[in-house]
Order: sequence, then structure tokens, then C-alpha cells
Amino acid sequence: MTAATLAAPSIAARLTGSRVGRRRKIVDRSMRTLAFGAALLCAVPLIAVLYFVTANGLAAFSLDLITKPPKALGIGGGAANAVVGTAQMVALAALIAVPIGVMAAVYVGEFAERRSARLVRFCADVLVGVPSILIGIFVFTFLVLPFKQFNGFAGAVALALIMIPVVMRTTEESLNLVPNALREASLALGVPVWRTVLSVVLRTGLPGILTGSMLAFARAMGETAPLLFTALGSRLVNVGDFGRPMDALPLFIYVNARQPVDALNQQAWGAAFLLLLVVLIINVAVRARSWGRRIG
Amino acid sequence: MTTTTAAADRFSKGASRVPDLLFRSASGVFAWVIVAVLGLLAVLLFLNSNQALSKFGSSFLTGTTWDPIAGIYGALPFIVGTIASSFIAIVLATPIGLLTAIFLAELAPRRVSIPLTFTIELLAAIPSVVFGLWGVFVLGPFLKNTVEAWIASTLGWIPIFAGPTDGVGLFAAGVILTLMILPTIIAISRDVITAVPDAQREAMLALGATRWEMITKAVLPYARSGIIGAVILGLGRALGETMAVTMVIGNKTQIPESVFQSSQTMASQIATTFNEASIGLQTSALIGLGLVLLVITMTLNVVARLLVWRVSGRGEGRA
Repeated sequence: MTAATLAAPSIAARLTGSRVGRRRKIVDRSMRTLAFGAALLCAVPLIAVLYFVTANGLAAFSLDLITKPPKALGIGGGAANAVVGTAQMVALAALIAVPIGVMAAVYVGEFAERRSARLVRFCADVLVGVPSILIGIFVFTFLVLPFKQFNGFAGAVALALIMIPVVMRTTEESLNLVPNALREASLALGVPVWRTVLSVVLRTGLPGILTGSMLAFARAMGETAPLLFTALGSRLVNVGDFGRPMDALPLFIYVNARQPVDALNQQAWGAAFLLLLVVLIINVAVRARSWGRRIG
Repeated sequence: MTTTTAAADRFSKGASRVPDLLFRSASGVFAWVIVAVLGLLAVLLFLNSNQALSKFGSSFLTGTTWDPIAGIYGALPFIVGTIASSFIAIVLATPIGLLTAIFLAELAPRRVSIPLTFTIELLAAIPSVVFGLWGVFVLGPFLKNTVEAWIASTLGWIPIFAGPTDGVGLFAAGVILTLMILPTIIAISRDVITAVPDAQREAMLALGATRWEMITKAVLPYARSGIIGAVILGLGRALGETMAVTMVIGNKTQIPESVFQSSQTMASQIATTFNEASIGLQTSALIGLGLVLLVITMTLNVVARLLVWRVSGRGEGRA
């Protein structure tokens, strides 16, 4: 005890006392401050984007933006075509992607031999890294080119391809957290494997699966590049006709931002505000749960 | 890690009855859909670009003329634009991202690191097109009058930093890309730094090192390959990023002489001209650009994942 209290100040004295010690201390201090500064710097763009999208978006926002389509001639109207299109395409994409992603995760996590599990997992990871515009070209080659018609279905498929690996990987992670004892208990009761997976494993992992699906949903909602050559965009409100072009909020923002007309740029800000609001609400709602768990 | 490997074949021997076998093969079909999609993606891009690639051969990569009217397609301007904008992003994002990851993993108290991590996750959630909109109307004009003007006046004697500044062009694209790849670099670097065993830190501290010396001499060398992997993953994302870049890079087919000039990347060239392209040689050439992009990003992804796995174990450490 006494030895420790005696030793402690002497090390501190050596650090501050000698020239080398002082320099080491200054380097330590300044680099730690620099790291803190870098971390703060990373928060700046988020705040700046939020601020400008909210300020410009609110100014351009009105009920018309959601309820009215663009005027057939001239400038004005709203983005109802884009809102309706995004809702339909992302919903259909989720209908395609969630079953495939969840079942693929079941295979990888529950059934597959280690080597094939690794291959599927690897392909999913690589698929996440494929630029989304290439997904658009890929879908174009087999769902647009043969029919000579841009269509909403192709857009939904392209978005689904972006969602699938995200859903699969998050589902797999949540299945890994399901204790093996639950599986064993279910099997010991004579429940067949398929019932065990559906009613015990997936049931227990459901919160994680929902989290992953919602995040994938939010990501697909903001994707533009895969829709450029598939759904194309449209000035008409298209309800339910997946065989024809459809608009989407990101497409609406992109097209209007590139017009040299101030009123159209304003509409782009309004639509961006709407899109960002929905995407961030989903993200915050989903992440806040795990965030609260971590902090509490 | 151990749970992943142990879980890999939980039921592989248990499923023997007919409904179980059916369920098992059904799930297998869905899983192999993912593998098939990736394979098909490469095959279809290859087949659909074959016309241009076989006509121009290696001059498709080295040619500097991209002229749909004359029917000559050389992709070099776009390759240069892609590499240059991503290079700017990597140069800016690596130090900032690494310092932030160090701060989050080693220095910050939990009540600081948790909200900051949350903020960075939200930054990653912002859609690319929203970044682009903000980039064109806010960031570009801001850069033009401040950072770009300053660089041009102090370093302007070096040709690549020569003015005039525009707020649209390679540099603006590089800055936007920086913001978009920071979350990737930070998240993965933080994970691999956290995965470094505590014994490394304790040993260094026991020798009397300061916290910073511990980080640079014991933690970072251990995590090095994972951090390189994180940067490569960020690079992969930058190379393929489309919308935000398309909106701020200026869309001009030229090999830029200065970082402030307009340019075009492979992805942005596809995005801006694919729909107007006539089916045939021009479409084929654009899909060829896509194929080049696919080969580059896939290679980088594979290399990066192997590097990250080396530090943090298989199945973990992903974007």
C-alpha cells in the first residue's frame, strides 16, 4: 500500500519532470484531442444535411406535394406519383426479399454444411458490395430488354436484390442468438425439425428479423440508381400497373434537382424532406431499441 | 465466432423425415438464389457487353475517345475520373475515419461513444440522392468559395490544384464520397480495434506507455490488416457510388487536368447516358463499363473481407 502510493507520484514526476517525459505527455494529449476533434467532425455533415433538407424542404412542403401529381403541362403540382410509386415498389420488393432472405438465413444458420454456408454468406457479402447501378443494369437485361418496356416490376425486383443480402445477414445474426437449448427442447418433445425452425427458432429471432427487414426497407426506399433503367420514372400516378413505368421519390428528387428551374428544385427539396423523414424515422425507431439497451 | 461455426450445421443430420427434407431443400433453394444472382449478374454483364469488348479489345480500357456518333468507345476518361474521385475520398476519409474509430474504441467514455456511433449510423442511412441534392446546392457553393479557393490560391502553382474553382467537379465529388464512406471505414475499423486482445494493451501500459503510445505501438499494428480491409471496403463503395457523384461531378467526358475540373466516373456515365443510348454498340459499351466496375469492386470486396476476417474472425466485421 505504502509502496504503491510512494511509487505513483514518482512515475508521474518522471513523466512531467524530464524533457522526454513532457514531450511524450504532450504528444499523448494532443493526439487524443485530435481524435476527439475527428469524431466531432464526423457529426457535422449529418447535422448540415439535416438542417438544409429541413429548412429548404419545409419551405417547399405542402399537402399538395403528397396528394397531387405534377401538372401535365408546365410547372407545379406535387409528387403523388413518386409517393405512390415508392410505396408500391418497396412493398413488393419487401414481399420478394424478406421470404428469400429469411429462408436463406435459415439454410445458412440451421441446415447447411459449413462449407456451403460459408459460400452463401460470402456471396451475400459480395452482393452487398456490388454497386447498385449494376443491379439496375442486370435487371434491365432480363426484365426490361426482352419486353421493350420499362416497368415497375423490374424496379421492385432490383430493390429486392438490394434488400435480400441485408435481410439474410441480419436474420442469420439473430438466429445465432437463439439458444441451442430451445432447439433441443423442441426436438426432444418430438416436434419435427421444420416446425421447430418455424415456431421456435424464427419465433424467438423475430425481433432481430424485423429490425433487419425494416433497415433493408429504409435502404431500398432511398435507392435511385437501380430504378433508373428499370422503373424509369413517370409523371403519371400509376396504381397497381407493374407492367408500366413507375415513379419513385429518389427518382423525383434526381430529375427535379437537375432542371435549371428554381420551382422544380424546390420540389426536389420538398420530396427530399419527405424521403429523409421516413428513412430516418425508421432508422431511429429500429436502432433506438438496441441503443437504449446498450446505454441502460 | 464460435456460435457461428457451431451453428453452421445444427440440423444437418437431424432432418430426415420427408417434410423436414422438403423444408430443408426449400430453404436451400432460396440460399442458392443468392449465389445464382451473383453468378448471373457477372454472366449477363459479360454477354451484353461482348459486342463492344470484342470490337475494341484492350483499347476499350486505354482509348481516350468516347464518341457515340463516330462509334468509338474508349473508357479511359471515366476510369481516370473514377479513380481520381475515389482517391480524393480515401485520402480525406482514412485519417478522419481512423482517428474517429480510435476515439470510439479506445478513448471515449460510453456516454459519448454511444450517441456518436448512433450519429454515424444515421449518416450512413442518408440516401445517396439526398447527399447529391445537398451537394449541388449547399456543399458545392460552400466549397467553391472557401476550401477550393484556398487550395487554388496556396497550391495553385501545382497543375493539379490550379483554378478556376467551380464547386462542381472532381474535388466536390471526392468530398461527398468522403462523407459517404466514412461510416463504413469507422464502423469496421472500430470493430477490428475492439477485437484486439486486452493483453496487448495491458502489456504496453505496464511498460509505462501513455495511452497514445499504447494505441500506436500495440493496438494498431495488431489491427492493421483489418484496418486496411476497412479502407479497401470504403474504396469499393466510393468507386461504385453513383447518384451523389453524378450530381456533383459535372458530367463532362474529359481527362481532368486539375481536381477542380468537371469529370465523369464509370457509374455516372452509365447513369447519365444509358437511357438515351441506342440499343446495340452504345448500350454494349456502357454495360462494358459496368463490367469493368464490377470486376474492380468485386476484387476489392473479396480482398477486404479476407483482411478483415484475419483480425476479427469469420462471419463478423462486415459493412
